[in-house]
Amino acid sequence: MSQAIHHDEHYDAEGSKIAMWLFIFTELLLFGGLFIIYSVYRYLNQDAFHLAAEELNTTIGAINTVILLVSSMTIAMSTSALQKRQKGTTLLLLGITLFLGLVFLVNKYFEWGVKFEHGIFPGSEHMTENLSQGEILFFGLYFVMTGLHALHIIIGMIIIGVTVAKVSSGKVHADRSALLENSGLYWHLVDLIWIFLFPLFYLIH
Amino acid sequence: MTNEKHHIVPYSTYAIILAALLLFTFLSVAITGIELGEFTVAGALLLATIKSYLVLTYFMHLKFDKAYIRIMVGFVFLVFLAVIIITFLDYYFR
Repeated sequence: MSQAIHHDEHYDAEGSKIAMWLFIFTELLLFGGLFIIYSVYRYLNQDAFHLAAEELNTTIGAINTVILLVSSMTIAMSTSALQKRQKGTTLLLLGITLFLGLVFLVNKYFEWGVKFEHGIFPGSEHMTENLSQGEILFFGLYFVMTGLHALHIIIGMIIIGVTVAKVSSGKVHADRSALLENSGLYWHLVDLIWIFLFPLFYLIH
Repeated sequence: MTNEKHHIVPYSTYAIILAALLLFTFLSVAITGIELGEFTVAGALLLATIKSYLVLTYFMHLKFDKAYIRIMVGFVFLVFLAVIIITFLDYYFR
């Protein structure tokens, strides 16, 4: 996509936006399917899910929620800054967004690390021997869904990194802002998914 | 389209939305802390839905987009909702 913008004189902000939304719909399909699997298994294994969810650290989950919400605001603000032709502010806000994304990942690393130390990871001896089928399902879904989400954070950070480079080189500016707007949409999607992951895994006991 | 492109959302709007999102987050942590039984799940999901509405409308600019994009997004969410309802109708009445 970025190459097309770079080489081709043709520029269609509305077309880019529609394409981005269509892509977001496919992402919703991906995570939506996982959410349905989660709900059905939760319905079938209510006690086990209740028990397993207590293992998760609500505080880290809440901190990560706050981090993602703030980063969503900073990237949204950066689109306003670009339209106001404030390049420095745009870059600063994008930098903050990248930093917050990194903090999110570091928290996730420690969170998963604690689980691994307790012997909770897919296929671990502790899990197969001591936990019920329902609890294994819960942790399987926990690792797949938060892992896939973290992968989206990493991809989002790469996209934002490319945007930062293009904003600072002047290829993305107020009259040609589709790349920044679409990176924003992607980052908000990542935020949107977390808004549902957080209560489903961390809060509902 | 030029009008939309030149619609610059003020920083304060985003700050207010963030404040609302944080408020709903703390609210959902608080209400799931109390034992409400069945209502815990319902309450947490309701708050998550309100939050996602705010993100879609303001952060993702749907409020300032053309109607057909809003309709498209709304339609996709309705389809997803329908799939969830149909799935659970199946499980409840087995």
